[in-house]
Amino acid sequence: MAVDIKNISYYYGDNPVLKNLSFSVREGDFFIIIGPNGSGKTTLMNAVSGILNCQDGRVEIFGRSIQNYNRKDLAKIIAFVPQMFPDDFPFSVTEMVLMGRSPHLGIFGLEKEEDIKLAKQAMHFTEVKHLAYRKLNQLSGGERQRVFIAKAICQKPQVILLDEPTASLDLAHQVKIMDLMDRLKQEKGITIIMVSHDLNLAAMYGDRLLLLNRGQAVSLGLPQEVLTLHRLEATYGCRLLVDESPLGKFPRITLVPQKHVVASARDQGSGRTEKK
Amino acid sequence: MISDKPFLLKRLFAVSFLLILILIATMLLGISIGSTGNELKTIFQLLSGERAVDPMREAIILKIRFPRVILAALVGATLSLGGLVFQVLLRNPLAEPYILGISGGSAVGAIIGILMGLSRFPGVGFTAFAGSVATLLLIVLMSSGQSILKKDSLLLSGVMINAFCSAIIMFLISMTQDARLHNIIFWLMGDLSMSDIRQVVILAATLLPCFLLLFLLSHSMNLLLMGQEMAQTMGVNIKLVTMTLLVVTSFMVSATVSHCGLLGFVGLVIPHGFRLVLGPDNRVLVPSCVLGGGAYMILCDLLARTLPEHGEIPVGVITAMIGAPIFIFLLKRSRQ
Repeated sequence: MAVDIKNISYYYGDNPVLKNLSFSVREGDFFIIIGPNGSGKTTLMNAVSGILNCQDGRVEIFGRSIQNYNRKDLAKIIAFVPQMFPDDFPFSVTEMVLMGRSPHLGIFGLEKEEDIKLAKQAMHFTEVKHLAYRKLNQLSGGERQRVFIAKAICQKPQVILLDEPTASLDLAHQVKIMDLMDRLKQEKGITIIMVSHDLNLAAMYGDRLLLLNRGQAVSLGLPQEVLTLHRLEATYGCRLLVDESPLGKFPRITLVPQKHVVASARDQGSGRTEKK
Repeated sequence: MISDKPFLLKRLFAVSFLLILILIATMLLGISIGSTGNELKTIFQLLSGERAVDPMREAIILKIRFPRVILAALVGATLSLGGLVFQVLLRNPLAEPYILGISGGSAVGAIIGILMGLSRFPGVGFTAFAGSVATLLLIVLMSSGQSILKKDSLLLSGVMINAFCSAIIMFLISMTQDARLHNIIFWLMGDLSMSDIRQVVILAATLLPCFLLLFLLSHSMNLLLMGQEMAQTMGVNIKLVTMTLLVVTSFMVSATVSHCGLLGFVGLVIPHGFRLVLGPDNRVLVPSCVLGGGAYMILCDLLARTLPEHGEIPVGVITAMIGAPIFIFLLKRSRQ
């Protein structure tokens, strides 16, 4: 197992954010964590990346408790791509990607030829090589996200954690990021753990999904096992429609707007919301 | 495209070489120009070991101007570095040493020392450091535990502490009525005239290891700029690095504050200016701030000494008068 979560609980003051949560992520999986706002997704990511220590339970990375790793060794195994990066100190794309090498370097972080080669490969992989000398704050959201993924690849990790990498990106950039993560999994065998708000992307790309609500696991398994109508409606508290995607054997989730619900209730009869 | 050769060392050497040349040039300028006219020739005579030098000129150069120029370089380097470190810690390119209240705290300590009639260096230096450590402890207590790592609470604590320190300074000044008042006010405006070679040597011996330590930590400072959490997942021991940066910087700043009072804008102008030209890599910025900040302060002091026909202006007035317009210009340019 790449990541083993055993009965972890986390409290902000007296507020439980994660409650006795257990699950494991297999090596080489594309694992996606979904759930409503405030369900504890980001806290869970921080626990897996070692940013915060849970009050109860343990987090194991490749069979070893996360607290037994020293920071640099952990950084060689897990790379983290957070949701937001500060950009008030504009590093160039190359400088940022090279920083991914720092867990492998001494305290002064002096890069060698090999590190620069790795950075170039990573930039090539995420298609940001043409931006090498640009400043981070001159890039679009999608380009910036690909730079941070290149930085994570450059870190040579076995696991990459991403916190909503497709949030606020347009469709082309969303699919590009997801395809990239899928290729990372296929070609390099890297375990991907991602928090996502987009249930359809999760259904299409995830090998296994974890549905989180109020700090507890509602469901864990294949997309078609987790993404069922009743479970999603109960968890998110809104009307949905779940059918099979025309692309293949995974569910497709459609939001049902309130006006549609009212209209179909007026029609009374079927109780279905499909109206053609 | 990008070359495969590592570029950091080359850049570091090129930038440092250029700035060392500039620093040496300003030092020669600072030593040679003064009320006795241009002494460049005398300096070279002294350097070449020639005997036929006017002993009075020799004394002025060796006992007065040389220590003063070294003191100016040390102070400029410290304040620039202090600005750089606080800008990294607060992740705010416009932060300055006194934002955390460190300068204010050491000023209170220094004034108490002056009022107690202590000598400039070990005496006032000690009370100034005590003052800055007291403010540092206060900041740690106010934002106890993890929250000291959050930049907003750090900033807010600093602002409050600074307001408190200003009040104490005003209180102490208004309670003082004798000749020491002039002394304190002149010192508060920034003053490099109290330099003798022994004190300067002690100051250099305390500051140079601090510069070296900050240079070693400069890559960790780069990683800190990506956010505390990110830096942690990249293998940085955040608590250790943050505390080291805070303690070393407050130590350096209080050592210079006790010597020369409050000199504003140096810690803003120099790091910000270099960042615009050289980019945000602290491994290049730390040595640049040391060398460039030193050169800048020597020039400011030269102006302070030579502008008025008699006597001199406090150098803090010069740094503010040069610094503020440059700063506004840089700010405007960086926003475009």
